[in-house]
Amino acid sequence: MTVLNSYRTGPDHRGHFGIHGGRFVAETLMPLILELEKAYEAAKVDPAYHAEMAGYLTHYVGRPSPLYFAERLTNHLGGAKVYLKREELNHTGSHKVNNVLGQIMLARRMGKERIIAETGAGQHGVATATMCARFGLKCVVYMGAVDVERQAPNVFRMKMLGAEVVPVQSGSRTLKDAMNEALRDWVTNVHDTFYCIGTVAGPHPYPAMVRDFQSIIGRETREQMQEMEGRLPDSLIACVGGGSNAMGLFHPFLDDPEVKIYGVEAAGRGIDTNEHAASIAGGRPGVLHGNRTYLLMDGDGQITEAHSISAGLDYPGIGPEHSWLNDVGRVTYLNCTDQEALDAFQLLTRLEGIIPALESAHAIAKVIELAPKLPADHLMVVNLSGRGDKDVPQVAEILGTRLGA
Amino acid sequence: MTTRISDRFAALKEEGRPGLVTFVTAGDPDGETSLAILKALPGAGADVIELGVPFTDPMADGPAIQAAGLRALKGGQTLAKTLEMVRVFRGEDQTTPVVLMGYFNPIYVYGVERFLVDAKVAGVDGLIVVDLPPEEDDELCIPALNAGLDFIRLATPTTDDKRLPTVLANTAGFVYYVSITGITGAATPDANAVATAVARIKSHTALPVAVGFGVKTPEQAAAIAQGADAVVVGSALVEVVRRTLDEEGKATSNTVIGVEALVSELAEAVRGVRR
Repeated sequence: MTVLNSYRTGPDHRGHFGIHGGRFVAETLMPLILELEKAYEAAKVDPAYHAEMAGYLTHYVGRPSPLYFAERLTNHLGGAKVYLKREELNHTGSHKVNNVLGQIMLARRMGKERIIAETGAGQHGVATATMCARFGLKCVVYMGAVDVERQAPNVFRMKMLGAEVVPVQSGSRTLKDAMNEALRDWVTNVHDTFYCIGTVAGPHPYPAMVRDFQSIIGRETREQMQEMEGRLPDSLIACVGGGSNAMGLFHPFLDDPEVKIYGVEAAGRGIDTNEHAASIAGGRPGVLHGNRTYLLMDGDGQITEAHSISAGLDYPGIGPEHSWLNDVGRVTYLNCTDQEALDAFQLLTRLEGIIPALESAHAIAKVIELAPKLPADHLMVVNLSGRGDKDVPQVAEILGTRLGA
Repeated sequence: MTTRISDRFAALKEEGRPGLVTFVTAGDPDGETSLAILKALPGAGADVIELGVPFTDPMADGPAIQAAGLRALKGGQTLAKTLEMVRVFRGEDQTTPVVLMGYFNPIYVYGVERFLVDAKVAGVDGLIVVDLPPEEDDELCIPALNAGLDFIRLATPTTDDKRLPTVLANTAGFVYYVSITGITGAATPDANAVATAVARIKSHTALPVAVGFGVKTPEQAAAIAQGADAVVVGSALVEVVRRTLDEEGKATSNTVIGVEALVSELAEAVRGVRR
């Protein structure tokens, strides 16, 4: 493992995290991306921007989110003391709103009136539609046609909020194709449109900007853990699709070497089956959607279809900073199958009365695996990134239970 | 040093007419038919050939070229097979420039150094890689120029005077002006606006300027060619491929003939524009 003085200084001025990141976009978009970078750099040092955001985070989003000691889960597992960072209690039901708020405030500063977004599970789409309703902005959400089917409750929510939801029929009709279509929209409507990317991926400055907005998760966790236990946690764990909830939790702890950090990729039906979404475990570095990062692809560089029970993790890539953190060995990336996630989903629901999103259930599954092997004074924080209401119909179908029966 | 591209544009200037650049996707709908189309293009009047390298996620392309790429991939097309197509074509035609157009990932995975050697040997003259802006010149542009391949850059309506020098700095062969903000085959460009934009680019460079994205008919091609050194037609040609396929998506006797016929019409219209 390479030991660096700091793991928190990236990216460089060209948006690189090691070999990953960069700005691999069409020329039409390049001037916009440079303009966005300039606007974000200016906002970052403007106290008024931060003050406005802090006000909405407190009174609209409902932050800080609690750090909750999961007593029954801890007792059941008989090892590490498990804390849940309750991002599912945020307005709109997931961590996504932290980032959307930051980007929408930025879009307003830039005078953009039309917001586009891609969404997988619909959580980012719902958060974007919500903030657009709040600020009276036009909102168009691209969503793979397959995901529109399996996440119907969120589609209806977005429409109620006044967003136009465009089902994407191209390619594998999931998150990757939704992102292609959003990029095509952006290339076409450059003059008035702001692209609100939902994760720590895409061309620079998105991975760094989204990370900055999500880092409130880790900053709060540090403070809350200090208050509750008088010290830092021993380990952190979060699920990784693009990886924004994980990066938000991890980043403020990267320079605390005593804190072990685990990301959990979706292993679908198993890493050896080719039906998974684990880009680090089963992919290689490549270039897609504006950045270089680990990708699932064939020998000719064609992107292959990801598979996960969770629409939010069903993406053949991962944020470039995660790829770098893997390369330098600071974060350990594990993976979790559909079945393990499904079991964890049910266990947490029964033991704690908290229904996790299927995405977050991937992280819970690894807590179930790791915690029993650790001593009782080991403090483990898992990011409960979203609530599972949206997944209830899908889980009921898989378990063969009729809703209401 | 002259190249097939510079020779061709010099010849067009000599003839006092604009050129026709045709885009087709390599391997669409199958390798054999695609090679037959490629071979037929110069005879039908194509002055420069852009050969699309299929990619699963073509972010700057409209439905027509996306579908063509997927047909080709379904037919087993790979970057290696595309280079082999060019090699076979070069066996018969030593003068028509061939430019590969696509996205970076297949080249990156093939290996940049190995790709440049193999492309040069096959007889490729230039590269258009949509997702490599000047900010990423170290990746492929500089190595390609060193290997003797032209790196043809896209300039767009969003490329203002301040940015143009950056875009043109390492551009070689010609400049490809994207006539609309949007994806291939979408809106129809306004010929007057295009002529103004081309003049603006020409005030910054001595390179020829070809104009594409959204040009579909011989009339549109002639109108755009009034104000440019060449006009690019792509989506309309791959649409001919699609329309001539049978129910199972296989090529028919009309596929090659159909593309040839549209190229002839386009060439006639473009050649009618005299300087």
